Amino acid sequence: MKNLILVSLLSLLSLMAISQNAEKNTNLPSVNIKTLDGQTFNTQDITNDGKPVIISFWALWCKPCKKELDAFNENYEDWVDETGVKVYAVSIDDSRSTAKVLPFVSGKDWEFDVLLYPNGDFKRAMNVNMIPHTFLLDGDGKIVYQHTSYYEGGEYELYELVKKVANGESISDK
Amino acid sequence: MNKLKIVLLLILTIIGVNTVNAQISDMLNRSEVHGSFQVDGQYYQADNALGITDSILGGRKMGLNGFGKITYNLGKFSAGMRYEAYLTPIAGFDPALEGNGFPNLWASYNDDNFSVTVGSFYEQFGNGLVLRTYEEWALGYDNALNGVRVTYEPVRGLLFKGVYGTQRYFWDKFEKNDRGIVRGVDAEMDFNTLFTGMTNSKFRFVLGGSMVSKYQIDENPIYKLPENVASFAGRANIGYGKFNISTEYAYKINDPSAINNYIYKEGQAFLASLSYSTKGLGLFAQFKRIDNFSFRSDRDVTANALDISYLPPISESHTYALTSMYPYATQPNGEIGFQFQVNYKVPKKSKLGGKYGMGIAINYSQINDIVRNKVNDTTAINQKGTLGYTSDFLKFGDRIFWRDLNISINKKFSKKVKGIFQYMYQTYDIATIEGHPGEPAVNSHIAVADVNYKFTNRKSLRIELQGLWTKEDMGDWAAILLEYTISPHWFFSVTDQYNYGNAVKADQIHYFSAAFGYTHNTTRFQFNYGRQREGIVCIGGVCRQVPASSGLSVSISTNF
Repeated sequence: MKNLILVSLLSLLSLMAISQNAEKNTNLPSVNIKTLDGQTFNTQDITNDGKPVIISFWALWCKPCKKELDAFNENYEDWVDETGVKVYAVSIDDSRSTAKVLPFVSGKDWEFDVLLYPNGDFKRAMNVNMIPHTFLLDGDGKIVYQHTSYYEGGEYELYELVKKVANGESISDK
Repeated sequence: MNKLKIVLLLILTIIGVNTVNAQISDMLNRSEVHGSFQVDGQYYQADNALGITDSILGGRKMGLNGFGKITYNLGKFSAGMRYEAYLTPIAGFDPALEGNGFPNLWASYNDDNFSVTVGSFYEQFGNGLVLRTYEEWALGYDNALNGVRVTYEPVRGLLFKGVYGTQRYFWDKFEKNDRGIVRGVDAEMDFNTLFTGMTNSKFRFVLGGSMVSKYQIDENPIYKLPENVASFAGRANIGYGKFNISTEYAYKINDPSAINNYIYKEGQAFLASLSYSTKGLGLFAQFKRIDNFSFRSDRDVTANALDISYLPPISESHTYALTSMYPYATQPNGEIGFQFQVNYKVPKKSKLGGKYGMGIAINYSQINDIVRNKVNDTTAINQKGTLGYTSDFLKFGDRIFWRDLNISINKKFSKKVKGIFQYMYQTYDIATIEGHPGEPAVNSHIAVADVNYKFTNRKSLRIELQGLWTKEDMGDWAAILLEYTISPHWFFSVTDQYNYGNAVKADQIHYFSAAFGYTHNTTRFQFNYGRQREGIVCIGGVCRQVPASSGLSVSISTNF
């Protein structure tokens, strides 16, 4: 019975909030995750001086994720020059391989920031079901677009949106 | 007079309603609702070659696993719920999952340096050796704690956590004495944040410690079992320039259980890794030892459930169909092993690297049994109700559970063509890992070529060719996959895995399947038709046996 009340209450709140939120983009949740050398990093510190940010969830065991990040890396210099975009790659590897992420990233020579998150708090807060899952944030730190899965060439589509966001255009139809 | 009263009342009401209205509207404006959904369904058909007949299916022609999660945030407050349905669970998931309902409900309040959560939650102390609760949809695994969690950060860089609760056990609601109660505390100090003088130091230091205890009543008629089992762990993360060391040691008092054959030995777990990272090169070495460290909130449970500790396997997790055919799983009763890895990027425009550079990854891992000595002349090793055995900390046992050497090359040849090439030699102690006593270890050579051809920026064809050669178990395999993708929405694939080297002629089976999928933003549909080979799916430390099946499967997922 208690469950029922809680559930109905939450459902009601959800419905009300969804109707209110229809036109509203959302902020990043505040979660403590880790940098590659084990230090605490709050996700609210993911910022880029008013320029767009890409957050991509990946793991060492995820082939398409690594392909996507390789593709980002190949284009990264150009992207940064043209739009000032910043990429954060958030590894969801568990303690089986968290210690391997840093040497792997160095061996890949990826130029963007890589973060670790212990036990999935950030993933749950962002409602990520499967990876790769990529978010695009506008200059105000609002999530304006998200996408799961990566197919060859997917980076071009994403970059078109990054350019729009960098120019202050709306991509709310996406 | 009356009129005045009525007018006054009316004005007050209007103001009141407006205020409340404004408050509600303000509250709703600051509210955020998010959620995610996934439904995986399978329709089974009889397939004589796989030994699946209509009578085996017995009318259970469909399986469905689904979940829906809604979270609500309002400033510092958040709450959520998770619905799950397994009607009936897809083949290979624990039959105990059958059912539906809301296993997880939670609410939490997060202040700047303080948080409290009630209901179901997930937590990990350090590497998880003494506590990790998590949820893995693909395995049907969820050991969430249901209770209270508090975190407190008195100053930046010093974090305390406390948890108290009982763990999820499929759909069984906790009732008095039907499983243990878990409580734990953890503290972590990040020196570089805590001490301003160290903020920009090349030397980085994080220190942590935890204590976890479970309480379970002793109702055993024969043995006197410890009702409170305590465990302790200490960890450190030390970085200096390009070097990084991460280590954790855990100790547990005696905890006789169904997994360790009710021996009264204390348990130990140790993990240490060292890495060196510089631009274009990463080196990694790791050592691990586990000795009698199964830690669960019910000592009598042997199913994949109620784990308090998480013992990460230290082998590479492979992802190609044939490289992941024989995956390793940590042996909680005892194992000792190490791992090395090299990641190197051959620079662009070098002789070997070519125009685009080339990635090389080499990994070697080996895991042996630990050495066990008799505790005295009259007691057999691991005899029930005794101290079990003694063991030297650094000695490797003779039995090899796992050995894996693999080399992978990642190369882009031109704007249109790139590929990944992998070779692997693997030893897999099938008798220990899968519990098939007497079977010889499987030694296999595995090779993979994964080539991608880009027609246009959006259209690509990927071809995977794989071979696995072994004299043991089911013998040789070959596999092919063709995948055509139209970014960012579509994929189409056909695949065949062929057990051509099986000693039994009738088991030389082709496992054909075809799939396609459509993704729009975060909504994804996928359809798959064909045969699925018997196998093991492992994520992190947990593995699940998947039986052979034939039929149609559908997966839909979305989030908002």
